[in-house]
Amino acid sequence: MENFDMSLIDWSRGQFALTAFYHWLFVPLTLGLSFIVAFMETIYVRTGNPEWKRITKFWMILFGINFAIGVATGLILEFEFGTNWSNYSWFVGDIFGAPLAVEGIMAFFLESTFVAVMFFGWNKVSKRFHLTSTWLVALGANLSALWILVANAWMQNPVGTEFNFDIARNEMTSFWAVLFSPTAISKFLHTITSGFVLASIFVMGISSWYLLKRRHILFAKRSMVVAGTFGILSSVFLVFSGDESAREMARVQPMKFAAMEGLYKGTTNAPLIAIGFMEKPTPPGLERDFAFKIEIPNMLSYMAYLDVNKFVPGIEDLLWGNEKQNIRSYEDKVKKGKKAIQALALYKRSAKISDSLKFAGDTARADKHKNTANEALAIFKTNFKDPDGSYNFGYGYYAGHGRSIKELIPDVPTAFYSFHLMVILGVHFGIVFLLGMIFIYKRKIIKKRWYLWITFWTIPLAYIATMLGWLLAEMGRQPWVIQDLMPTLSAVSQLDSSSVKLTFWIFAGLFTALLLADFFILRRQILIGPKEGGK
Amino acid sequence: MFENFSHSVLQHYWWIIVSLLAAILVFLMFVQGGQTFVYSLGKTKTQRKMVVNALGRKWEFTFTTLVTFGGAFFASFPLFYATSFGGAYWVWLLILFAFIIQAVAYEFRSKPNNIFGSGTYEAFLFINGLLGTVLIGTAVATFFTGSDFRLDDMNRVTWGNSWRGLELAFSFGRYETYINLSLGLAVFFLARSLGLMYFLNSIDDETLDKRIRKKLWYSALLFLVLFLFFLVNILVMKGYAVDPETRIVFLEQYKYLNNLLNMPIVLIIFLTGVVAVLFGLIVSLTKASTKGIWSAGFGTILTVFALLLVAGFNNTAFYPSYSNLQSSLTIANASSSKYTLTAMSYVSLVVPFVIAYIWYAWKAINKKKIDEEEMSDEESHAY
Repeated sequence: MENFDMSLIDWSRGQFALTAFYHWLFVPLTLGLSFIVAFMETIYVRTGNPEWKRITKFWMILFGINFAIGVATGLILEFEFGTNWSNYSWFVGDIFGAPLAVEGIMAFFLESTFVAVMFFGWNKVSKRFHLTSTWLVALGANLSALWILVANAWMQNPVGTEFNFDIARNEMTSFWAVLFSPTAISKFLHTITSGFVLASIFVMGISSWYLLKRRHILFAKRSMVVAGTFGILSSVFLVFSGDESAREMARVQPMKFAAMEGLYKGTTNAPLIAIGFMEKPTPPGLERDFAFKIEIPNMLSYMAYLDVNKFVPGIEDLLWGNEKQNIRSYEDKVKKGKKAIQALALYKRSAKISDSLKFAGDTARADKHKNTANEALAIFKTNFKDPDGSYNFGYGYYAGHGRSIKELIPDVPTAFYSFHLMVILGVHFGIVFLLGMIFIYKRKIIKKRWYLWITFWTIPLAYIATMLGWLLAEMGRQPWVIQDLMPTLSAVSQLDSSSVKLTFWIFAGLFTALLLADFFILRRQILIGPKEGGK
Repeated sequence: MFENFSHSVLQHYWWIIVSLLAAILVFLMFVQGGQTFVYSLGKTKTQRKMVVNALGRKWEFTFTTLVTFGGAFFASFPLFYATSFGGAYWVWLLILFAFIIQAVAYEFRSKPNNIFGSGTYEAFLFINGLLGTVLIGTAVATFFTGSDFRLDDMNRVTWGNSWRGLELAFSFGRYETYINLSLGLAVFFLARSLGLMYFLNSIDDETLDKRIRKKLWYSALLFLVLFLFFLVNILVMKGYAVDPETRIVFLEQYKYLNNLLNMPIVLIIFLTGVVAVLFGLIVSLTKASTKGIWSAGFGTILTVFALLLVAGFNNTAFYPSYSNLQSSLTIANASSSKYTLTAMSYVSLVVPFVIAYIWYAWKAINKKKIDEEEMSDEESHAY
């Protein structure tokens, strides 16, 4: 097997992470704010009250600034699959390309066409047409999220596919299986509702700031009512879809699930750690102890399987296997995977030789090579995946050549802390929404300065929470690009790592500059405030 | 209904869709062309504002078409996506770079506190107009002149030159470089001509009108010369043909000319397109007409569409490797599976609907031309 340029892989991963990170700084606000302005404009059209038009227009300005930079960073992500992950693009392009194309055809045009009407159409089209456009922008933005998340979910749980050994790639066998994969559904719901929550916090936070400054008071209160209502409803869905996601993860990505709880040795009646701090690992073992933890008994088993008596496998059970619980070891998968990879190469080579011999008229030797090819194919098929459908193929890349089975463990503290912090922050957001609605209802909000300050400073926390979610989703599944089928090291484009380093820094510089511009423009617009505020 | 088509028919159908998207993209690059005139046309602040705003309500279409083109190409011919993007790394990254800076330029340019000043964002627009068009044009020319790559048994690409695609525009010892560059520059001047005609159509300002028509002469003439050079060269050169039986790729004299002659419908589309472009240019140059953009735009779509059909149909390798002929990509060996193409074909039925609502929204926004009055109106959103 070949050697891999780890520096190239790390820089390529770094570049993708960088672009994804910057992209996700802007997208969740687009997802949620598009709906919030649609609610506001609907109220305007229903009531005819020009104050609501001003409210709508103010948030729309912020929407536009944020939207532009989301578009810019999104383009790179799409093309980076080709430029930096070309082996991946071929290996699964037959499945992965489709949602990207559907996203373009069904969602992006909807978004971009009606965004133009939303911004420039106020005095050009009828009220109804304008309102419809605003709703279509919200629909388009969230539809595009659907398709890209379907694509992402497929990487986490590659369903509806079959390997075509003749051309060495995976092919789609069911579009519906890909689209309606449970992983895709929970991922979509959890991600968009996280965007809704972030946007609601954004609107609540800025409105709080106006109230603190005693500016645009009516405007701020009205905005808070819309955002608070939307936030509470979204939070409920966020919790349900998050719970569903965890169950899906336990089923299809048990290693990620174990890492996110820092669970090394599996157990029945597994407790869930509510709060915990990890110690540095003490060699030679893998395990990290907890310096401190508060546990909820049985909760982890319940969360994963809705059954407190079920066994939740730990990292070590997965690595070395657990016969009693009928868990096959990664060691075994690595062995089989290696056999599959070697057999595939032999099959391809022999089939090619056989074809050219046949072409030259040497049938006897052609048949001999054909036989070798068929034997190799049989070996490939038995080792590629197990009868229960779980793949061994990708594990084969971790046999020999300085590769270690321990590379199959994601970074545990990253997964653990990102998960737990995300959940804690999620609870905090729920409380912020609830208190806000209560204070507005009791007409006390303007006096609750502590609440207003907390809400304002919750804005950055909302961004952190949504980033942590992706950190868990993507770092937690390392080293897989496609779960159990393809690790990052075989997916990467063969480039000089210096080229990737250079593009990494170009993007890092450019995106940071644009982010700063975005931040200061937004800040200025907020300072200027809505025109003729609602005092 | 698509299930009943053969894999080959579906591959042809998808090549048509991808070609059509590329053709529409070239037409929509009037936005890029127009962006190179922000300073030379807009002598006063208001004029500059009118120019930027005329483009500002259309740039998203070009951008979205580019993204959709990428997605559609990925879904239908993933081996091209892997080979070209992973191989000609620097070409594609420069193109992407040119488009990132465009996306923020309109929104940020006139906003207070934008850190870098409106001049920087105007420079972004210019860079996008120049690099975006020239590089995309040059890259498309390699569909005819070939690149330097090899695919292994597992279809993984090895690019032959460490410049990663940039050599296709800069190795001046190779004659094909000039063909590549001629198309790149032709697209640039075509985009500029289309941009100018779009301004005629969408801005209501007398001084600008005169200035535009004068500038159109240079752009149009340079475009015609460069395009003619490209066209003559590809028609007389050896092209990359595929034996339909053995799938072996070989060089055939006058391959692209033969393709045009063997596919009379494509020839008719091509000639109609050329005539329509010329008609649009002539009308704009010699008469006071503001409708030139429609004829020239329609003509651009037809011409580019026909050229891409020539590159991919009639047993031709659409993404040839000149250093390793058998690694060349054809619509047969680069395509997705029959299942995926079938599923995607159903999705493609949405396209006419998409075009219809784009048309409707475009009309609604462009009912009235941009003028000084609108630019000074606080109520309407302006860049």
